[in-house]
Amino acid sequence: MKFPEELLYSETHEWIREEGNRITLGITDYAQKELRDIVYVELPEIGAEFKKGQSIGVVESVKTVTDIFTPVTGKVISRNEELKDHPEYINTDPYGKGWIVQMEIQRKEELKGLLTAQAYQGLLPKEE
Amino acid sequence: MKDFSRYLPHTPEEIQEMLEEIGLEKVEDLFKMIPPQSRLTKPLNLPSPLSEMDLLRSLESLQPPLYSSFLGGGAYHHFIPSVVSHLVSRSEFYTAYTPYQPEVSQGTLQAIFEFQTFMCQLTAMEVSNASMYDGASSLAEAVLMAYRITRRRKILLSETVHPEYRRVIQTYIDPEHHEVVLIPYLKEEGRTDSHSLFHHLDREVSAVVLQSPNFFGIIEDLSGISERVHQQGALLIIGFSEALAYGVLKPPGLFGADIVAGEGQSLGIPLSYGGPYLGIFTTREKFIRNMPGRLVGETIDLEGRRGFVLTLATREQHIRRERATSNICTNEGLCALMATIFLSCLGKEGLKELSLKNLSKAEYAKKLASEIRGCRIGFTSPTFNEFVLELERDPQEVLEELRREKILGGLSLARFYPELSHHLLVTVTEMNRKEEIDQWAELLQKAMGR
Amino acid sequence: MGRIRDTGLIQEEPLIFEKGRRGRRGCSLPKWEVDEVNPWRVIPSHLLREQWDGFPEVSEVEVVRHFTRLSQWNYGVDSGLYPLGSCTMKYNPKLNEEVAKLQGFSKLHPYTPEALCQGILRLMDELGAFLAEITGMDAVTLQPAAGAHGELTGLMMIRACLRDRGERRSRILVPDTAHGTNCSSSTLASFQMVGIKSDERGILSAKQVKEQMNEEVAALMVTNPNTLGLFEEELGEISEIVHQRGGFVYCDGANLNALMGIVKLGDLGVDVVQLNLHKTFSTPHGGGGPGAGPVAVKKELVPYLPIPVIERQGEKYYLNWNRPKTIGKMRAFYGNVGVMLKAYAYILSMGGEGLKRVSELAVLNANYLMKKLRAHYHLPYDRPCMHECVFTDRYQERFHVTTLDIAKRLIDYGFHPPTIYFPLVVKGALMIEPTETESKDELDRLIETMILIAKEAEENPDLLRQAPQRVKVRRLDEVLAARRPKLRWSPK
Repeated sequence: MKFPEELLYSETHEWIREEGNRITLGITDYAQKELRDIVYVELPEIGAEFKKGQSIGVVESVKTVTDIFTPVTGKVISRNEELKDHPEYINTDPYGKGWIVQMEIQRKEELKGLLTAQAYQGLLPKEE
Repeated sequence: MKDFSRYLPHTPEEIQEMLEEIGLEKVEDLFKMIPPQSRLTKPLNLPSPLSEMDLLRSLESLQPPLYSSFLGGGAYHHFIPSVVSHLVSRSEFYTAYTPYQPEVSQGTLQAIFEFQTFMCQLTAMEVSNASMYDGASSLAEAVLMAYRITRRRKILLSETVHPEYRRVIQTYIDPEHHEVVLIPYLKEEGRTDSHSLFHHLDREVSAVVLQSPNFFGIIEDLSGISERVHQQGALLIIGFSEALAYGVLKPPGLFGADIVAGEGQSLGIPLSYGGPYLGIFTTREKFIRNMPGRLVGETIDLEGRRGFVLTLATREQHIRRERATSNICTNEGLCALMATIFLSCLGKEGLKELSLKNLSKAEYAKKLASEIRGCRIGFTSPTFNEFVLELERDPQEVLEELRREKILGGLSLARFYPELSHHLLVTVTEMNRKEEIDQWAELLQKAMGR
Repeated sequence: MGRIRDTGLIQEEPLIFEKGRRGRRGCSLPKWEVDEVNPWRVIPSHLLREQWDGFPEVSEVEVVRHFTRLSQWNYGVDSGLYPLGSCTMKYNPKLNEEVAKLQGFSKLHPYTPEALCQGILRLMDELGAFLAEITGMDAVTLQPAAGAHGELTGLMMIRACLRDRGERRSRILVPDTAHGTNCSSSTLASFQMVGIKSDERGILSAKQVKEQMNEEVAALMVTNPNTLGLFEEELGEISEIVHQRGGFVYCDGANLNALMGIVKLGDLGVDVVQLNLHKTFSTPHGGGGPGAGPVAVKKELVPYLPIPVIERQGEKYYLNWNRPKTIGKMRAFYGNVGVMLKAYAYILSMGGEGLKRVSELAVLNANYLMKKLRAHYHLPYDRPCMHECVFTDRYQERFHVTTLDIAKRLIDYGFHPPTIYFPLVVKGALMIEPTETESKDELDRLIETMILIAKEAEENPDLLRQAPQRVKVRRLDEVLAARRPKLRWSPK
């Protein structure tokens, strides 16, 4: 499994790419592996505002549903429309083509609470 | 050995062997974990077990006599081809469980896929689920779905929607969070007052709920309604209780309905004093993920062969749990199968013919009734197989007289519509023979002559 | 699809829409007898149907062959053991089927005047009384069409009662072992679900309930025995705690098959319980219904029962619609009478003695299975079970074999798989409920097969991963079905 060093991670398995006042968000390689084949992604509306920790959407596989949480307070400025017809991008390329939303963030300090790639990996269950 | 042991194969020796294997002495020991103060010390107070013969005899004696019937109002006496009951008696169909293991339930799954297809064709909608409990609860769930989609709290509900369906909608919604505005009907025509409807239609309305044919048997003109409803960002929900009407009437999907939810009992399901029936629920593809109920989808297997599976289960209770689109689990699977077989038997021509026979017989009865002094056709709008008669006498007395001649002449409307105190709902299907209708009319005339 | 088949007696069969030919007819309809009315003479033409494309035109022979072949791809209780946990797939007595076909009942219109329906009203009233006796409750409504429908009805009654008292409790405590319908029913009834964890024994502890029970909680939803097949031993004490703080105890009665004649739920403090006639009371499952979910309540909730309520005045039965505090109606008419007839016949065939025997043997069967399989499959809760037991795939993990593989391999040996991956508290759950209608021989056959499969998992795991082999279709692509939903056939 891959966890790019330049990204930040949340305990709820999202990754964040910081881009000035904006972030791009997706779910990690671990999350997509746990979910298995993703069949559907429920994306938030553009312009929707969320507080830190709120659910902004849902990722579905055949037998599971899981929320996507935003680790920061912000407003959705764009979303990955490709996921409508290609939800599998999250499986094949979770950090690239599988990006989920871009948000404008209000409080950059919230990013400090996020984890580095190493710290995030430390949280994951050890593989036997 | 008691007779009921035919369902309990264990012999005393086997029971002993099994107890020994488990390491217990007697059957009672299996229940050691139950606190002794809760254990029953007396047997259940139920009648002594009956033999098969005695049971049948006793139940046969409870049967009411069968009268000639002109009753409808959400349940219809229609012809059921012998093929239907014969095929659903195959135990591979009726003793099977919900098709969670697709490899061993392709029969059920393909039949449901066919059912879903038939329902889409009947209502001219894009997608159907595998069934709901009945027309009333199906319509109530349609309202809940509209709330989910629009996130608005009000519905406009026509008074011509079946009164029991309206009561069920009122029960399902939480009055603390949702509002129902009743739209009246036109006194002469018997159909929904569209002026009133549009007057109340605004951006707070989640859905407009109409029924066609409505409870009075009248065909509501749905033209022009969906456009205005959609303009306000609301949904158009059409209910129905007589599915066969769509054998001759233009289906609601072609009038821009967003959800069509109603009753399929007319499609090969016995009257059975009110149930089990068949809830039909169809909608547009764009709303699929908000739909309640099971869905069967087509797919392929490891070797590329076509097969069917339950799909989009993430909407349902066993996965989404408290955020599910509904709590429905067991539905009316075998009834859906009956409808599928029924429609297969009827086919294109049969469906058309059966619907036309209903229309024709009802028109015949209507004509006879309109010629009786003291009887008046209650409303001016066109009807399918039900119509309202206004009588100059108390309908209860008239019905009593007919009942003495073993005819159930109609349904008195006073209990549902206090303003229609002298009105009867009369239903005529292909099962009412001409001589029956003639006799009904004769007796009605005699009763009105007094 | 060519004309030549090579599938032997497991017949291929297309969709009904792919069969037939223009002009074929499949039925004989009642005669005209009156003049045919041209619809456009009585109905405006823009309201008339214009096309019937896509409806098949097949002969009766084709219809019969079509559905007969479809049925042959199915496995039913009549085919063999159906050990689905929490489903109670017991044998469906054929006598019950005969009873439901009696014309006096099957042809009875629900608006037939009550004076002519005394027989069926009496039957329904008696059935309600039987169910009240079995559960130790005060009154029963037969209206709900299924268990989940019954749950919703029961929760609505609780809500109505609380509002009547002027209370606004918004929460329902739901155990982590609960069936999904418990959660979704709570939401539908406008409650917020609060989870409560079972302890290391697999059951609810009074201590835990005491911590979480307060004046915000409307009810505790419990299943007894729970979905692990374990008796909720502290339920009596738990009910007292809930009642003391003004709440109700709702019991999901799906697992009643373990308790009949042994203990009454009402005696354990339960206020409202829904029953599943298509589980405990032997009515057939139908491939997904119809079922029936009557709800039994204690006196306090009686005013809120859905209408109409069947009542008796002297020798006459009637439908009482005049109940000012009723929650309303859950469906048109009175309930799934066709299903009730079967349950009624079942109870009359078994009597109190027979029903007790049913529960005793159901529990005996499950414990026997548990004992014989424990050496080969991991038991997450090593306690005596009731009518069902739960295993996991933990012993098979090291061979990279999962619960799913084990389930699919059982199919090759002629068994329907047990319930898998439920309850959620157990990873890789395999829930087996044999029911009382299975003989020791049949159980021994299942046991031998499962032991063989455990051995195969160790020695030749591919056999499990490739399973099932001896079926019409293998490992259908559920991902494709969800990504590109195709939910109907369409004419070209």
